[in-house]
Amino acid sequence: MAKLGDLARLIRSKNAGPFVLTFDIMFDDDDVYRKVIKAQVLTKSRFAAIYHVPEEDVLFFQHDAAKAIKISIPRPYVQCDLDDGDAYGGQQHAPLVEIEVP
Amino acid sequence: MTEIRVLSATGMLGSGFMESSFERGVSLKPHVIGCDAGSTDAGPAFLGAGTPYFSNEATKRDLRLMLKARDKLDVPLIIGSCGFAGGDAGVDWTRDIVLEIARENGYKFRLALIRSEQDKGYLKQRYREGRILPLKPAPPISEEIIDRSAHIVGVMGHEPITAAVEGGAQVVLAGRATDTSLFAAVPLMRGAGAGPAWHAAKTLECGAAATVQRKRPDSIFAWVRDDHFDVEPLDMDNRCTPQSVASHTLYENADPFLITEPGGTIDSYGARYEALNDRAVRVYGSAFRTADRVTIKLEGAEFAGYQSVIIAGVREPFIIRQLDSWLAAMQAKFAERVKELFDGRVGPGDYTIRVRVYGRDGVMGKLEPRANEIGHEVGLLFTITSAHEATSGAIAKSFSHFALHFPIPEWRGLISGLAFPLAPAELDKGPVYRFNLNHIVVPDDPLEMFRTEYLEV
Repeated sequence: MAKLGDLARLIRSKNAGPFVLTFDIMFDDDDVYRKVIKAQVLTKSRFAAIYHVPEEDVLFFQHDAAKAIKISIPRPYVQCDLDDGDAYGGQQHAPLVEIEVP
Repeated sequence: MTEIRVLSATGMLGSGFMESSFERGVSLKPHVIGCDAGSTDAGPAFLGAGTPYFSNEATKRDLRLMLKARDKLDVPLIIGSCGFAGGDAGVDWTRDIVLEIARENGYKFRLALIRSEQDKGYLKQRYREGRILPLKPAPPISEEIIDRSAHIVGVMGHEPITAAVEGGAQVVLAGRATDTSLFAAVPLMRGAGAGPAWHAAKTLECGAAATVQRKRPDSIFAWVRDDHFDVEPLDMDNRCTPQSVASHTLYENADPFLITEPGGTIDSYGARYEALNDRAVRVYGSAFRTADRVTIKLEGAEFAGYQSVIIAGVREPFIIRQLDSWLAAMQAKFAERVKELFDGRVGPGDYTIRVRVYGRDGVMGKLEPRANEIGHEVGLLFTITSAHEATSGAIAKSFSHFALHFPIPEWRGLISGLAFPLAPAELDKGPVYRFNLNHIVVPDDPLEMFRTEYLEV
């Protein structure tokens, strides 16, 4: 079974300001983008479960022109607070890379 | 047909760009040269302490080339979020570099400084009037929180920048500004379509980031017209594709289709991205929805203590298998040592010691799904924080020695359980800050929170 990381051209996380974390899952190919959406492996509820946030806090977008799925959540720790370990929020996407896509 | 040409020098002032790319942009006769200089991305320390992100050398190199081009073309040069956080210290720091370059080269121009740091009395007044509102998610706000902030900036829209250019400014050094506003100001002033002007601004704000493969920070160019804009990177080896330009709406935004500005919302739901050739893209259908009121976002940083840090590694399997209990017992026992150390003047509520375990959950913390896995070695980062520099430093020195020899039951005799890669093992990091506002102000007009000063250089 392929992993999301093998199918995407880029999976990344990043701050969207100090209080929001955003995730971009981008594809080269329209067919692969459609296939991943159709497989329902990355949905609002699945994402909420992986990142331990209530589903109503998850913003979920499909961007056809960018061939991308985008998800935003409140930051688990405010950027650079004492318990935050990722100032740019750039390494929070790792669990998404390993999602299996049937 | 209106056509306003915009040259974006690079994604962030001081990050550099290729001279050949920038010169190509200059040859295309832009009506304005713009460059963003800031962000919150690197953390609250820059706003809190008023320090710039890049060096004087790196900033001067980029500004020197931009000022030279500005002098040749006689068009406005607009720098937004000066000094990274956009506080008054950042505007002053950038001003001094600009004045030095002007002196060295004999440039003459009218300079506008737009300051965005906020008066606490003004903010408390607006707070009492119910005109400071939380964004989602926002920390709590009160007059006390406003008072204890080290610095608070308002994030300006295009209005103060447009006013400065209309006031004859040829170089504009703006405090904290939205990344887009500095690129939208001149196209809007000169009659380009609002939707294309704002969406082009969003595409330009990170320099060559909207290209297929950004190899290094570099320049990018846009032609903004009535109902569309064209965009093209200035390095002939790089290119924009419909997908690369569309993808840039995702970057650093919570919502890829709707981006909030002080005066309204950039709406790219209807945007259509077409390849003009293999390097340039045309975008139709972007809209700007004017809001019924102006809202100015606040960014605040408050002092969170003085911090010392200790970096250590652990390789010993017996320690690793009981790592959490070892670290917890060590900290509990150390609390007694702190009492001795300060003769009771420093209690458990006066300092914190936190430890981050790299090789397990150091990066993701409570979100780490694989926190039950641990490698054959781990890295530990201890942070010691208190209100006083001397206290944090003294605790760090005693703690690193205490932790080094803290026993485990398996071994009889003195152990050295931490591998320190640095000597001394403790680093005094100085003051640290926290972001304390994610709020908007509803002012009477878009200019009232910003102060513009003109200088004849």
